[in-house]
Amino acid sequence: MSIDEIQEEIVSEFSLLDGDMEMTVFYIMELGQKLPPLNEADRTEENVVKGCQSKVWLTGNLENDKVYFTADSNTAITKGLVSLLVRIFNGQPPETILNADLFFMKKIGMERFIGTQRSNGFAAMIKQMKLYALAFKTKQEVKS
Amino acid sequence: MTTASPALSVIDVEKIRKEFPILHQTVNGRDLVYLDNAATSQKPLVVIDALTDYYKGYNANIHRGIHTLAEKATKAFEQTRHTAKQYINAASEQEIIFTRGVTEGINLVATSYGRTFVKEGDEIIVSELEHHSNIVPWQFVCEEKNATLKVIPVNDNGELDLDTYRKLLSSKTKIVSVNHASNSLGTINPIKEIIRLAHEVGAVVFIDGAQAGAHLEIDVQDLDCDFYAVSAHKMYGPTGTGFLYGKKEQLEKMPPYHGGGEMIKEVTFKKTTYNDLPYKFEAGTPNIGDVVAFKYAMDFITGLGRETMAAYEHELLLYATERVSKLKGVKLIGTAAHKVSVLSFTVDGIHPFDIGQMLDARGIAVRTGHHCTQPLMDRYEIEGTVRASFAIYNTKKEVDQLVEGLERIINFMK
Repeated sequence: MSIDEIQEEIVSEFSLLDGDMEMTVFYIMELGQKLPPLNEADRTEENVVKGCQSKVWLTGNLENDKVYFTADSNTAITKGLVSLLVRIFNGQPPETILNADLFFMKKIGMERFIGTQRSNGFAAMIKQMKLYALAFKTKQEVKS
Repeated sequence: MTTASPALSVIDVEKIRKEFPILHQTVNGRDLVYLDNAATSQKPLVVIDALTDYYKGYNANIHRGIHTLAEKATKAFEQTRHTAKQYINAASEQEIIFTRGVTEGINLVATSYGRTFVKEGDEIIVSELEHHSNIVPWQFVCEEKNATLKVIPVNDNGELDLDTYRKLLSSKTKIVSVNHASNSLGTINPIKEIIRLAHEVGAVVFIDGAQAGAHLEIDVQDLDCDFYAVSAHKMYGPTGTGFLYGKKEQLEKMPPYHGGGEMIKEVTFKKTTYNDLPYKFEAGTPNIGDVVAFKYAMDFITGLGRETMAAYEHELLLYATERVSKLKGVKLIGTAAHKVSVLSFTVDGIHPFDIGQMLDARGIAVRTGHHCTQPLMDRYEIEGTVRASFAIYNTKKEVDQLVEGLERIINFMK
């Protein structure tokens, strides 16, 4: 699936929640519970995303020219939020991630259920993922 | 915990709630339950009306104007000073200095008194219960003067260890600065004893009254404290104002804090002489509108009676403590014998942020995190707590809603 198709899928899943805030928050936390665990070795200070109020660990790998992220957080809601990004970006080529236009946040009305501080943290996660993509793309170009 | 009088029957909470328009709204589809009163309290109509009346009717710069509006504004501004003096039983209105709030009060004394009278090798004592704003300004003084900051520890219940405090005191102690009540745990500190002991070694005492202003009887003459500060916004008043009480003898020997208009007697390029108290410490145009409205907040509290209010809030606290502590995995942080209406707790395996967010989804406002008391959180080896804090307009039904919300979260996270 393309990044846009996954985003549309997320949007339609959230639309089932009908704007109920409590259901939405529970749903996000459920998504977080399903996130594949982070290797203990990756739980380092180096992998902490700067700018998040909660602690978020994020690391990325390039396999067969596709990017795969693993992540974790000390808070359940943030873990759910980062799981959305992992789902959207995993298995995509670096170039596609770099050029991705993320529209799902606006469509699911994310600003309603995450405050200003968490919004900034979410932006920091996206930035960090794009930085990984950029590094992998540069590596690919050097190789070829 | 001390037993409370049956204030639930004395307080007509539904009538009081009508005075607070903000409470009558839905948040995320549910009735708002506002339990973040230790951060800031909501404002009754009398305060909101006083603000709009001022701006609609007599906004003018004070003290120097000779026109009618200036006179009216000056009178109203000084009326608040009079009310403040009575509110804490100060000896004179000259001892009441309007500030932006407690933080500015502490910075004023740290700068003006601390930098003048603290010398190399001296000591300043704070406690482990302090808000960052009652730590950092003293650290500034200590750094500049090569003085040492000493800390009164707390026990597991969140009460100050007075035996250690006695040992910390010496002729080197110049300032002791502690809160009247803790914002994180609610502990009411034995400040009268703390003040008496500090005076025995010749130190002055600053009391941070941020969490006491709306809840406890304050008699600065009986306490014999040298400084006492409150913030209006935690006392049903407007944001951006508060006052600092200082004993006249202390304020008189302190140099001004800020330079500017109002605080001077005469200015020449050679020498400037300063105005009398309290104006010496009120440089520039003050926050007139908010100060004017602050009077109505104090009148609101006095009208209901602080003792009656405290008894009612205490009953809410006891009820909430009883119900919340029975929930699975809940650990109360702060179980002092004497508390203001603050309930701080953690839940096993659930981050406070998640609890805060999930409660908000049900329209319940609490505070989560370290509450600007990181050293205290370190003491309990926790990242933060969930804090529900109660005011006069809260109800037992709201406590039930909090408990219901917490039950759902705990069951979901199992």
